Amino acid sequence: MSELTLTVMRLGFLAVLWLFVIVAVQVIRSDLFGTRVTQRGSRRTASDARPPQARQNNAAPPQQRQQPGRQRRGAPTKLVVSEGTLTGTTVALQGQTITLGRAHDSTIVLDDDYASSRHARIYPDRDGQWIVEDLGSTNGTYLDRTRLTTPTPVPLGAPIRIGKTVIELRK
Amino acid sequence: MSVVTNTTTIGAINAPSRRNTELMMMVFAIAISVFAYANVGLALDGKLPSGMFGYGAGLILLGGVAHLVVRKFAPYADPLLLPLATLLNGLGLVLIWRLDQSERLIRRAEFLYGSYSPDAPKQLLYSAIGVAFFAAVLMVLKDHRILQRYTYISMAAALVLLIIPMFFPPVNGAKIWISVGSFTIQPGEFAKILIAIFFSGYLMVKRDALALASRRFMGLYLPRGRDLGPIITIWALSILILVFETDLGTSLLFFGLFVIMLYVATERTSWIVFGLLMSAAGAVGVASFEPHVQERVNAWLDPFGKATMAQSDQIAQSLMSFGSGGTIGTGLGQGHSDLIMFAANADFILSTVGEELGLAGMMAVLLIYGLIVERGIRTALAARDPFGKLLAAGLSGAFAIQVFVVAGGVMGLIPLSGMTMPFLAYGGSSVLANWALIGILIRISDTARRPAPAPAPSTDAEMTQVVRP
Repeated sequence: MSELTLTVMRLGFLAVLWLFVIVAVQVIRSDLFGTRVTQRGSRRTASDARPPQARQNNAAPPQQRQQPGRQRRGAPTKLVVSEGTLTGTTVALQGQTITLGRAHDSTIVLDDDYASSRHARIYPDRDGQWIVEDLGSTNGTYLDRTRLTTPTPVPLGAPIRIGKTVIELRK
Repeated sequence: MSVVTNTTTIGAINAPSRRNTELMMMVFAIAISVFAYANVGLALDGKLPSGMFGYGAGLILLGGVAHLVVRKFAPYADPLLLPLATLLNGLGLVLIWRLDQSERLIRRAEFLYGSYSPDAPKQLLYSAIGVAFFAAVLMVLKDHRILQRYTYISMAAALVLLIIPMFFPPVNGAKIWISVGSFTIQPGEFAKILIAIFFSGYLMVKRDALALASRRFMGLYLPRGRDLGPIITIWALSILILVFETDLGTSLLFFGLFVIMLYVATERTSWIVFGLLMSAAGAVGVASFEPHVQERVNAWLDPFGKATMAQSDQIAQSLMSFGSGGTIGTGLGQGHSDLIMFAANADFILSTVGEELGLAGMMAVLLIYGLIVERGIRTALAARDPFGKLLAAGLSGAFAIQVFVVAGGVMGLIPLSGMTMPFLAYGGSSVLANWALIGILIRISDTARRPAPAPAPSTDAEMTQVVRP
């Protein structure tokens, strides 16, 4: 085999190897565009921002579906943010623990100067009663007017206050 | 309309399944491997190797089966993990076959064992078993959260796997092998998956305590004394492994994995600082009295010294082959990395890459490893459940540590340890375990990328939605 052929093959192989890497990176690029970024306004007036929200509503129905029979009569079905920057956000209560805080992995990521990164969590106890627990936050979690010291059951419609954010459980 | 806040939600839009992209990449990966095989044959004998057809058919069969299994059982999985693993496995086969052709290694084997048998066919068999493992993982494991149930069982199993080799005679100084008759396995490879499962299950429960209860001191969050318990236990265990099995690699993998997962679970930089300090202290401490470890450290500090050369010239030869490879290498089949002799096609296979493909090829290979790790981390980011997040991060972390430990050892950056380059190196346990690892990652990524989660019977998934009045 001539020297020239081998040299061409050597360079060709390296080129092909790198081409593979580059194609792979191109495939990854689609990840960046394969995500949906939704901007949420802080005021109700921002609800004119239809396009991103319309998409969300499309995605919502399968999640909104209730599971009758699993929940007690009179049990809350959703958690609603009624004041603060996230006003209007709701989370369906389906037996999962809801974490509140500024940390990115919280269920509800609070954008509130008075919230700690892991501020509080809301979870169902064995009987399906929803409990709110403060996770050692700096500024405290308030149920109505009282600052929480221990995990406390949340009555329907009682305001849970974290900084400027108010959260309620609703039917 | 006034949008004031910067509250952003990032989620995947209905992603296409991307199986066709994967198929294309698989064809590309197999074509590269066959090209490499032809290149080696032309360089060595001046003609296309006779086994090329069978070898290519074998790879196509394996890749095809793996791809069809993913298409059927994990349709939304990441499109890159499988092709990247296939390319590494195929390249590994070529390099092992290339070293099988070396006169030097044949003569050495005949001198030592009286007979010589090529390793490439065996590796092809291991790859087939590995792909079968991969398929089995995807078929049996319908949901990665099932693994969460076996948190403590996998801890026990991992400990057993790590402890058993102590009772077997050391192979080349390190006790990391279980040998039954002529059949040997390296249990550490499987232990890394089990350990990752245990850590994810454990940290998912304990992360609150570890992340929240801490004091701030000099910009670092110091954990409470009692929360240090688990990290000290794991540290002690990894030191014990180092002392009794004299294996730096497993010990480093075990402890490094724990530190990575602690960091992922708690977002506290202090754990990394602690982990680095503790592993440095432990390694220095053990190296000061354990002769086998000492020997390895000496070989690392002075690979060309008289004392080291009298023991083994492996590292010296490896460094020489990287040097003679230069920027673009000598070309496949035209290097002299077989001078490494022992374990040239296993622990030291990266030297062959370095010599015959040069820095350019080496970088490409390391980037391919990097891409596998990146896809794993991306899977962890996209996963919806905390267990899946931790498991994906842990598995890709283990993969990354292993690549670092082997590549670093071969290049003289850190002391050499008895681990193998995933997929590339010769060795059944390694190929099997890494295919299983890729299988679990693909399973998690399938769950993570699946569009609009169907209302599952288990309601663990956290769902957030915005409803406006």
